[in-house]
Amino acid sequence: MRFVLTTRYAQDVALFRHNGQRFWYGLLAIALLVAPWLMTNFYVGEAAMVFIWAIAGVGVMLLVGYTGLVSLGHAAFLAIGAYTHAALLRYGVPLPLALLLATGAAAAAGALVGYAALRMTGVYLAVATLAFERIVAYLVEHGGALTGGVRGVAMTQPQWFGISVIHSHFFYYLCLGVLALCIFGAVNLLRSPTGRAFVAVRDSEVCAESMGVHLARTKTVAFALSAALTGLAGALMAHKIGHLVPEAFGVNVSIQLLLLVVVGGLGSLHGVVFGAIFVGFLPQILALARDQLAAFGVDRVPGLEVGAYGAILVLFLIFEPLGVYGRWLKIRAWFDEFPLYRKATYKKQKSYLRTERVH
Amino acid sequence: MSELLQLLVSGLSKGCVFGLIALGFVLIYKATEMLNFAQGELMMMGAFVAFTFVNLAAMPFLAGFAVTLVVALAFGMALERGVLRPMIGEPPFAVLMLTIGLGFVLRTVAVNIWGTDPRTLDVPYAGEVLVVREVVFGYDNLIVIGATAFLCGGLWLFFRRSRLGVAMQAASQNQLAAYYSGVPVKRVASLVWGISAAISAAAGMLLAPISLIDQNMGFIGIKAFAAAIVGGFGSLPGAIVGGLLIGVSEEFALRYLWPGFGEVTAFVILLVMLFVRPQGIFASLQKKKV
Repeated sequence: MRFVLTTRYAQDVALFRHNGQRFWYGLLAIALLVAPWLMTNFYVGEAAMVFIWAIAGVGVMLLVGYTGLVSLGHAAFLAIGAYTHAALLRYGVPLPLALLLATGAAAAAGALVGYAALRMTGVYLAVATLAFERIVAYLVEHGGALTGGVRGVAMTQPQWFGISVIHSHFFYYLCLGVLALCIFGAVNLLRSPTGRAFVAVRDSEVCAESMGVHLARTKTVAFALSAALTGLAGALMAHKIGHLVPEAFGVNVSIQLLLLVVVGGLGSLHGVVFGAIFVGFLPQILALARDQLAAFGVDRVPGLEVGAYGAILVLFLIFEPLGVYGRWLKIRAWFDEFPLYRKATYKKQKSYLRTERVH
Repeated sequence: MSELLQLLVSGLSKGCVFGLIALGFVLIYKATEMLNFAQGELMMMGAFVAFTFVNLAAMPFLAGFAVTLVVALAFGMALERGVLRPMIGEPPFAVLMLTIGLGFVLRTVAVNIWGTDPRTLDVPYAGEVLVVREVVFGYDNLIVIGATAFLCGGLWLFFRRSRLGVAMQAASQNQLAAYYSGVPVKRVASLVWGISAAISAAAGMLLAPISLIDQNMGFIGIKAFAAAIVGGFGSLPGAIVGGLLIGVSEEFALRYLWPGFGEVTAFVILLVMLFVRPQGIFASLQKKKV
């Protein structure tokens, strides 16, 4: 275990606590930069998809993990980002500007929903976001030439310096860069008063309000930011999908995003990355599971994917509410304290219903 | 005129189903402060279980109905005991996500037991109509309305007159005080889940003759949720009124408004309601204030 003695303020606010962290994150960065040259194009594409999930995951994590507001409609922001981006590119707007505008459009929608959500307690919000998602889905399906309706719309894939955007290596670095920016921004945001306010709202609205946190503003900001990042991920995802259809942004996607943050670990940015890897590679894992089941003579399990999502969500929430990252922290603690680790350290304590009602 | 009446009746019957599912939500929410997003899936399971008893085991309809209610009651209680009780004290959104996951699992279980093909429940009144002055009403719609009224009456009596019902009310008003007064709060919570599952199953069986039984019928649970909020979350009559309101407007929107718009009417009403009167028609819950 390493204890850092802070003697200067700069140390307190530094991004990395000590050289060990600098070393490991540096190594990770180098590994990510050289990785595409060591992998087949298929895996480069899959890795880019994991980065896109992670970008959306940062957005959802800010809202669900840090502000404690559940949204069941994040697929809508993904769709808004994707369709706005596609439309702008069709009219010849350059790629970076289109990405920014798509992000902005999603943020505006998010602020609107967030503003509507202020008047509700947490639980109403989940339903309201679901309602919002259904309405957006309806608009997408009946959007005429702009969205292409149920038949969908083809994505324009612009060239950059003579390289197509979806060239696997270019796209990999693009997504990696955007993800790095998003995580850097989120880390800094969470150390700022706004980020602290998010956490305060999550832990107790009553308490946060009496400490002077402006509830309405904090929630709207959280919602807008979360929607913005999700919209950005949607815009990138649009390139990957190639042909936008309404089914690509159904309720299932919202659930996958929730699965991402729960499996990764609510309330940690590391968790986002773990969760994104999990969600990104889950289809492959399930395909393998399907082959295994076929070997046992069970040739068809309809709805396996959806059922697996649900089961994993339930099991994680009951047995490891802190997700993969929480488990990692426990394992690390075991090594840190090696001969002295006490089993009871992380034992789930008896807890009672915390009521939000007045009687 | 006759068309309007027919739409009204079919809308009311649809609304009754929404209302019953919403009632299930509200019961659970009042008693345990948990939001059960798997309520629609409980309804689906109820419909499938009834299908098993009535169609496959060839039981008389009423007997199959009764047995299904008992099975649903037991299932709801088991669910509370096994899955939801470990979640007491966890943040509300964790419970919410848990029930969403549960809904997905139930849907997959249903597909694997009963298959993907839509099923029809054999009811004795299928296809029969009542003609009053040249206006045709389907018995299936009328029976939904009648059965809902009967169920609501029964529940009202149960909560007003029976010892257990009063104990449930006490537990939902203040768990700690109820516990001190000797109400077995844990067992009551279990029973509430059971009753809620049974009501949903009843809704599923009533809906089955009108629409088909398949693994996706649980999606109307989302509309029922909207109904519960429009009615004023936490109010039992509100759930039914909200359900009726949404059912009728959806039926009229399907007929008179843009194609496909009927499917989102419930959500439009919900969002408008949240802007105009967020506490719902019958406001009963207040938020903690500083």
